[in-house]
Amino acid sequence: MKVTQISSFIENRPGRLHAACEALAAKGVNIHTLMLADTAEFGILRLIVADPEAGKVALEAAGYIAKLTEVVAVEIPDDAGGLAGILAKADAAKLDIEYMYAFSTAVGQRAVVIIRFSDPDQAVDELLARGVNVVAPVELLRG
Amino acid sequence: MMLRENWNDLGQGFHPVSAPDYLPVAQLRELQLRRLRAVVTRAYDNVKLFRERMDERGLTPASIESLADLGRLPFTIKTDLRDTYPFGLFASPMGEIVRLHASSGTTGKPIVVAYTQEDLQVWASAMLRTFASAGVHRGDIVQNAYGYGLFTGGLGAHYGLEAIGATVVPTSGGNTDRQIMLMRDFGVTGICCTPSYFVHLIERAKELGVNLKELPLRVGIFGAEPWTDEMRRHIEAETNIKAYDIYGLSEITGPGVGSECSAQSGLHIFEDHFYPEIVDPETLQVLPDGEEGELVLTTLSKRAMPMIRYRTRDITRIIAEPCSCGRTVRRIARIARRSDDMFIIRGVNVFPSQIETALLAVEGALPHYRIILSRDKGLDQMGVEVEVSAAVFSDQVRAMEELHKRLAHSIERITGIRAALRLVEPHSIPRSEGKAKRVWDERNS
Repeated sequence: MKVTQISSFIENRPGRLHAACEALAAKGVNIHTLMLADTAEFGILRLIVADPEAGKVALEAAGYIAKLTEVVAVEIPDDAGGLAGILAKADAAKLDIEYMYAFSTAVGQRAVVIIRFSDPDQAVDELLARGVNVVAPVELLRG
Repeated sequence: MMLRENWNDLGQGFHPVSAPDYLPVAQLRELQLRRLRAVVTRAYDNVKLFRERMDERGLTPASIESLADLGRLPFTIKTDLRDTYPFGLFASPMGEIVRLHASSGTTGKPIVVAYTQEDLQVWASAMLRTFASAGVHRGDIVQNAYGYGLFTGGLGAHYGLEAIGATVVPTSGGNTDRQIMLMRDFGVTGICCTPSYFVHLIERAKELGVNLKELPLRVGIFGAEPWTDEMRRHIEAETNIKAYDIYGLSEITGPGVGSECSAQSGLHIFEDHFYPEIVDPETLQVLPDGEEGELVLTTLSKRAMPMIRYRTRDITRIIAEPCSCGRTVRRIARIARRSDDMFIIRGVNVFPSQIETALLAVEGALPHYRIILSRDKGLDQMGVEVEVSAAVFSDQVRAMEELHKRLAHSIERITGIRAALRLVEPHSIPRSEGKAKRVWDERNS
């Protein structure tokens, strides 16, 4: 049920993010969503792509660091309080969230967030037990 | 000391030519004194600059009655070689000189050094002893990635390897992908190059999907630049090799002045040919064994270009205590500092090796770095760029900021200087195929 995320170290220099995306494009790796966390000097790029292994190889071949980590994709009801409801359940289960970002797909009524938990396995179990709709990788792009 | 014919069967470290490594000390001193008198006489008779300096001090070769008298002789410094460029310090006629080498130095005219046939034999035997002490033997396939040409590293290692009977692969420097291909395809067991270039080879091999740990590569002979024990640990952790430090300089002979043995605890100086002294760099007084100062070397056997009391600019100390390997020739501590590499920032003396120690002390996986000195509003700034490796990278900002803080703190703790530390992407720092360039001084540009 977990989703594999690629993360990469990007220096704060013109063209570096572009070159990383080019490297993925050249190998036909489609980016579903991304989030760039930035500091004054560097950024950490997190990517959800169609084929994480191929994405890692493509980035490394272009000289980037690429690391695979497991994150959890959660479908939330697209109405007021939808996200709060999920977070309340995570809190109740004492799950530790490192960071999260929205999965911006333009499909139907679905809203998906990608959550990086300290312990993804525990998170999946706890969320499922609480009736949260945890999305499997194959379902990510389905309408 | 019995010379054994089947030395190769003994495994590591002993070859008949290595016998002087084990001379009884009294015998060694006697040999040194005899050779010292001969070389001083030779230099006095044939080298004008040396004779003039001796005459000024009222000294003649006959003034040498003991090894301690060496301390009364004038020093030779690097600028003497430049001032007498190209052949002014030669003690042999060109008809006897069979090889010239030259090192560019960093500024101005190159330094030219010369060898007679006998000098080349001594050099090859010193390099043979170097390889023997690192456990290289007949049957080893050794890739020699030191630069061939005017630089003494390539040919120096080459003749030593041939002399010991190893199979030499003379790749010289550069063309890293081919180096890795040959290393794998030939089943190379030993490698010679600068430690910084080997770190580059490790990195490139990983990218090419070649696991160095699966190759028969077991020994590395690294020199031509100062490096640290932390770097050794990094190299030994990334490969299955034992990494040996060697020491030498063109002015004295080239590589082969000294080398580590299996104990990896200081470098044995082949002092039957190269006599070491340690002097205080300020007062130039000779210091007792064990005290740190500048290494001064005298070539006891050199014919074409004898060097009397050559100031190396390398900071070390002599280790006179017996070594567990049984060699009786004295050791010097690993040279991590050269006075030439030192830079002064805000009145504090800093050596590049201190930065290396500081970085590797934190993570052990960050061997690519450079130091950039700049001046901002009249104040010196030290910038340190460090390449992030896959091993230390985290997808969490907090972890990366924590790494940044630990590295900066480690540099400040070791040098006393607060550096502007920057984490940079892999491959963003230029790689060297020979001696690594660590410091970019932009203060006067």
